[in-house]
Amino acid sequence: MQRIYLDHNATTRPHPAVVEAMRGCLEDTWGNPSSQHGPGQDAKRALDLARSRVAALIGAEPEEIIFTSGGTEADNHALRLGATVQGGRRILTSVLEHAAVRDTCSALTAQGFETVVLPVGSEGLLDPALLEGALKEGAALLSIMRANNDLGTLQPVKAMAAMARFHGIPVHTDAVQAVGKIAVEVRDLGVDLLSLSAHKLYGPKGVGALFVRRGLHLGPFLTGGPQERRLRAGTENLPGIVGFGVACELAQSRLAARSLQTRHLRDRLERGILEGIPGTRLNGHPEMRVPNTLNISFEGLVAEDLLLNLDLAGIAVSLGAACQSESRKPSPVLLALGRSEAEASSSLRFSLGEANTEDEITRTLEVLKTSVARLRPRRLP
Amino acid sequence: MSKGRVVIAMSGGVDSSVVAALMVQAGWEAVGVTLQLRSCDDRMASRSCCSADGITQARAVAGALGIPHYVLDCRETFLDRVMRPAWAEYARGRTPSPCLHCNREMKFGYLGDYAERIGAERIATGHYARIEREGDEARLLRGVDRAKDQSYFLSTLSPEQIARLELPLGALTKAEVRALARERGLVTAERHESQDICLAVEGLGFPESLRQRFEQEARPGDFIDPKGRVLGPHAGLHRYTIGQRRGLGIALGTRAHVVGLRAEDGAVILSTDDQDLRSTGLRASGLHWYSTPPERCEAQIRSRHGGVPARVELQEGGTATLRFDTPQRAVTPGQAVAFYEGERLVGGGWIDAAVGIAQ
Repeated sequence: MQRIYLDHNATTRPHPAVVEAMRGCLEDTWGNPSSQHGPGQDAKRALDLARSRVAALIGAEPEEIIFTSGGTEADNHALRLGATVQGGRRILTSVLEHAAVRDTCSALTAQGFETVVLPVGSEGLLDPALLEGALKEGAALLSIMRANNDLGTLQPVKAMAAMARFHGIPVHTDAVQAVGKIAVEVRDLGVDLLSLSAHKLYGPKGVGALFVRRGLHLGPFLTGGPQERRLRAGTENLPGIVGFGVACELAQSRLAARSLQTRHLRDRLERGILEGIPGTRLNGHPEMRVPNTLNISFEGLVAEDLLLNLDLAGIAVSLGAACQSESRKPSPVLLALGRSEAEASSSLRFSLGEANTEDEITRTLEVLKTSVARLRPRRLP
Repeated sequence: MSKGRVVIAMSGGVDSSVVAALMVQAGWEAVGVTLQLRSCDDRMASRSCCSADGITQARAVAGALGIPHYVLDCRETFLDRVMRPAWAEYARGRTPSPCLHCNREMKFGYLGDYAERIGAERIATGHYARIEREGDEARLLRGVDRAKDQSYFLSTLSPEQIARLELPLGALTKAEVRALARERGLVTAERHESQDICLAVEGLGFPESLRQRFEQEARPGDFIDPKGRVLGPHAGLHRYTIGQRRGLGIALGTRAHVVGLRAEDGAVILSTDDQDLRSTGLRASGLHWYSTPPERCEAQIRSRHGGVPARVELQEGGTATLRFDTPQRAVTPGQAVAFYEGERLVGGGWIDAAVGIAQ
């Protein structure tokens, strides 16, 4: 069976060059970067190179990059430590955040912080004007995601960061779903902390990074050895980090081509669905969106049924964030847009990647049409 | 050429693993599905067919067979359609058959709808019973391994549900199934039997587990003897079932057993006379038939019961009185009664009362 992968917001297939570099690292550069001898120096150089590649992708200095085990860890540190830099007990965030931010905020609330959750409009966009009032009351941290994982909707982080900066409030952005899909420049955004993850941009799982703006003094995430500027002790995941570095370099050199290609296919899929299947509706903002993501409601259907029909035909899509899929509860993001539970439960996410082809989109549209026809007589319970 | 798409109900046990292997071998396009009935972090979950462990095992087997595998989250449906009604039965002094409800509501109801939605015409399970097809008609027969026969558990299904059923283990013995699993190197080959304890907290028993889950008060009342004399208070009506001897929580000097549960006043009737446990028949409701209702048949009144020849007196509203050829022990309201003609399951219903208790 021909397999079609349309779930790149969940994870991506590591690029062959990434795999190659990681293999090389495991075979040849297996020294401990903290060792003084030759093998240690080789390892350290590999670490330095990867760090500069990651930094270059987001316009940061290498020493502003702290490697972590992934986006979730980066989000945790950004919130838990970022919220204590300045003093103040209020964290400003949005209803759209990934569970890594949302649940960390809940944990901090239990520790005495107050979380102010900003709402979004029906197209999934935050309104910076709503931030103004919240900022006036003071805050310890503002955390707003750059691109939403379910909808792909891009948030006005730059404008909001500027407002927060005016009030002297540090800003974090979860850019896990944005980096590699659109240009992300930390200076341009004006953020102090930014989370990113390797496996969303054709790198390996288990590695990510937190950008910590120079001059922002965070406490240590993990105590122990001197690694990662003493912020995160522990021998580095060098093969992962090396792969991450290569993935970032590829992302930088291919950003324009990838964006053009996936946008073209995504738009074709979108038109094919909206025009070819009645009762379908786009979720999220049509323009303010990463180029690879498409979230559609299929009126009267349970999206999970559609997902399984597609999977049995070899097509991988998702209901939304993979981290939510344990429970059948509809995406909180769609509910936040004011959609009913039935509408939210009828929504499917397609997220494209650089390897997708025209033929794959054609086949996906065909299978979608037959599956919807099979399921349509059924109504939501 | 594929025979068509079939959903395999995979619990993660050896039986359903072998079913999956056999269906793949027979040329079906198999789709493995495991029903998640309980939360992984549920304090009431035990290592049983419904636990996360079962899901992991099923996934491993599906992977080895190269078939897709899905976990269907039906925790809420299970709670509403199986657990809650079971508690309601206990609360009114009956002893429910949760596995039969689970089969009808979950394995063939919920999963049946699901199969339709993914375009699967059949559902295969690891029950030890047989399907015999003649044209469009499907008949359910007892399993060849009479010691393992599970047709009783399928006696509440609708004819449509039976028609969609594939039961590849019906002609095999448990030992043969295990041997097949070993031959194929299935990881579940040596798994211990998953008893029908999907539902209970270990050490608590099913009814008490339910009471705690739903935070219900136990129904207080007295032990009484068959003449109505009060013997002392009991520990809650739900803790007792007809025929029970152990764990009564009262010492009468001689061996006593439960012969009746009275919903009106919560009384539990104890007797030291074994004759009080025997009845010459039963009243049943919710009757359904897969063929013309017979005048005489063999009736099976609980899962481990050999069956007894009986006369069927049909009454209005899907009820009937059954007269046994020989008196039977411990006829228990709430349990299912299954009717057989020879090997064939011809109908089923629910026991409401014992009749003709020998006094």
